[in-house]
Amino acid sequence: MNAKAIVVTSGKGGVGKTTATANIGAALAKLGEKVCVIDTDVGLRNLDVVMGLEGRVVFDLIDVFEGRCKLRQAVIRDKRVDSLYLLAASQTKDKSSLSEHRMKETVRQLLEEEGFDRVVIDSPAGIETGFQTAAAAATGALVVVNPEVSSVRDADRIIGLLESREIGEVRLIVNRLRPAMVRRGDMLEVDDVLEILGVKLIGIVPEDEQILISTNVGNPASLNSSSNKTSASQAFRNIARRIKGEEVAYLVFDERRGFMAGLRKLFGGF
Amino acid sequence: MFGLFRRKKSRDALKQRLKLVLSYDRAKLTPGKMEELKGELLGVIAKYFPSDAEDYDVRFEQQGDRMVLVANLPIKNQRA
Repeated sequence: MNAKAIVVTSGKGGVGKTTATANIGAALAKLGEKVCVIDTDVGLRNLDVVMGLEGRVVFDLIDVFEGRCKLRQAVIRDKRVDSLYLLAASQTKDKSSLSEHRMKETVRQLLEEEGFDRVVIDSPAGIETGFQTAAAAATGALVVVNPEVSSVRDADRIIGLLESREIGEVRLIVNRLRPAMVRRGDMLEVDDVLEILGVKLIGIVPEDEQILISTNVGNPASLNSSSNKTSASQAFRNIARRIKGEEVAYLVFDERRGFMAGLRKLFGGF
Repeated sequence: MFGLFRRKKSRDALKQRLKLVLSYDRAKLTPGKMEELKGELLGVIAKYFPSDAEDYDVRFEQQGDRMVLVANLPIKNQRA
């Protein structure tokens, strides 16, 4: 993706925006980019705890917007990986000082004056002020969708809003895919989601309990190199590489084992 | 061969439901208004041709990037 400012959004809550932001941000930093992840969910901030940086927040986005601190003071460096930084949302202050203009200015400063290669903006759920602010500075978007009815419907709405903002690079992340359910015909396939939403794919992330375990301890899974080649953390690392323009093959999930699976394979693999 | 015994897949039901609901969402039209539109459309057609009210179909269809309103209104055969 050419976009240096990328908003991560979904419409619906709880589909994995914050986890995706933390993991993709961390993976991009590991690939050598200087990355700032920004939480724009004022009042319900969580990117700090997902990344395990909650103890180090002093100033936040609203402090920057209202001029109580310099941008450089509010940006927290992640000590585990060089070149990864967090700008936290405010947990207490109200949303009245959210402004598209200030957001654009903040992102411009990060990219043009502070030497960041990429800014990844975690949007709140919904389509109101918080989302609008998050999208204002973005030139690209990652739409996170789960393969279920309400998430797909909300994603469609969000894609429409992103297009009306003329955000050119809109890419889809299908998150929490359950390969076994897809094989049974009880979950949408990735191709179904793409056909319905009509946007380009950039990642398929399987449901993976390792993600919950790593957020429990505040350590983005993509920071650790896992041996499991079909893990969610691997999927997030692949997304980071695709953002950087690399062609990376999509993971293949085949958990079919045992006698029946062997039989099916024998008879042409249906 | 195992497919014969398989129940209807919930994936297919979901796909159809999503396509329908998104067509209404994108056109910013409620299903109720659509029924109204069908009724009026049929009234207009009936002024010109005897038509069979039972056998008509009006729906949205996604054609590439465009959303198209497709009306299928059979005219009664009047050769007799």
